[in-house]
Amino acid sequence: MKDSLNRLAERASKEGLLDVAYTTTDSPFGTLLLARTPRGLVRIGLPNQDADELLVDLATRVSPRVLEAPAQLDEARRELELYFEGELTDFDLPLDWQLSKDFRRKVLRAIARIPYGQTRTYTQMATSAGNERAVRAAGTACGSNPLPLIVPCHRVLRTGGALGGYGGGLPMKEGLLRLEGTLKD
Amino acid sequence: MHSSPPTISRSARPQRLIHEVTELPPFQTLIDEHAGDVMAVCRGAVGSSDADDCFQETFISALRAYPKLKEAGNLRGWLVTIAHRKAIDHHRARGRRPVPVAEVKEVAVEDPEPGDGIWELVGALPPKQRAAVTLRYASDLPHAEIAAALGCSPEAARRSLHEGIKRLRKELA
Repeated sequence: MKDSLNRLAERASKEGLLDVAYTTTDSPFGTLLLARTPRGLVRIGLPNQDADELLVDLATRVSPRVLEAPAQLDEARRELELYFEGELTDFDLPLDWQLSKDFRRKVLRAIARIPYGQTRTYTQMATSAGNERAVRAAGTACGSNPLPLIVPCHRVLRTGGALGGYGGGLPMKEGLLRLEGTLKD
Repeated sequence: MHSSPPTISRSARPQRLIHEVTELPPFQTLIDEHAGDVMAVCRGAVGSSDADDCFQETFISALRAYPKLKEAGNLRGWLVTIAHRKAIDHHRARGRRPVPVAEVKEVAVEDPEPGDGIWELVGALPPKQRAAVTLRYASDLPHAEIAAALGCSPEAARRSLHEGIKRLRKELA
């Protein structure tokens, strides 16, 4: 049955019927959900998020043609593995931004430019996105980030250095900042 | 108590109030829940060696049609119907006598649990018997609906089913 299902996913992709391909992969923080469209990576689910709910959300907001197709996510999985090993600092993956709109998308695009091993504040992100007074909205944009890790919202801290929040939980944010050498013990 | 008169005339009613939106589950859910049944139907209808082709054709067709599906209430029945159509296509393409399954209706009955190799034997039955056995045990259809699907009398359907079962018993004995 497994071969049949792999063949099905492959053929669906060839015939343009695979709108959302997904897989799960291990990380030092737990299991991640990776999902992509033909345009690029569209959603990453963190270990504390309910994968089934995320898939239902993708079915509603992107397309109900959602299929488990690990081969479609080989490159994303490989880059994430290298990142967690400290071997990769810049992701080179096509992204599909369709799940974030307007100001939130601007904030997320600004976050995507924060270099590895550096941090910014929510105020700086609001300013980069074109509205320095929208600090709270910038925080909300971080919280709704559909592509955590790749769009490194863990590099955004509160003014004064407090960690702020993280969709994957604060221990994960700390762990990522340690991995990048930003947070020292 | 009087109900207040409607404040919005029918023609002015916003679209979303008259148009029920069906939220379709991720397609993978259909695979997780029904791939086994679809494979069983395919095995019964076209035999083991061609079952995977039938299976692939069924799910590709389903995937193509899925976003426009209006009713998500009976997805298993929908898939089984497609599988039967694909089996008919398969028989036609092979120039065999098609198994006339016009429409497959769905009733809730326990799923069949085919034993080892049983569907290979079913696949080897003559077309009418094979169709009757598959519709009865893989698709859970009652006799009257098998008759309707095969385009014969209930008596003839019962006979085909009976003959098919008798033959299977003999093979298994």
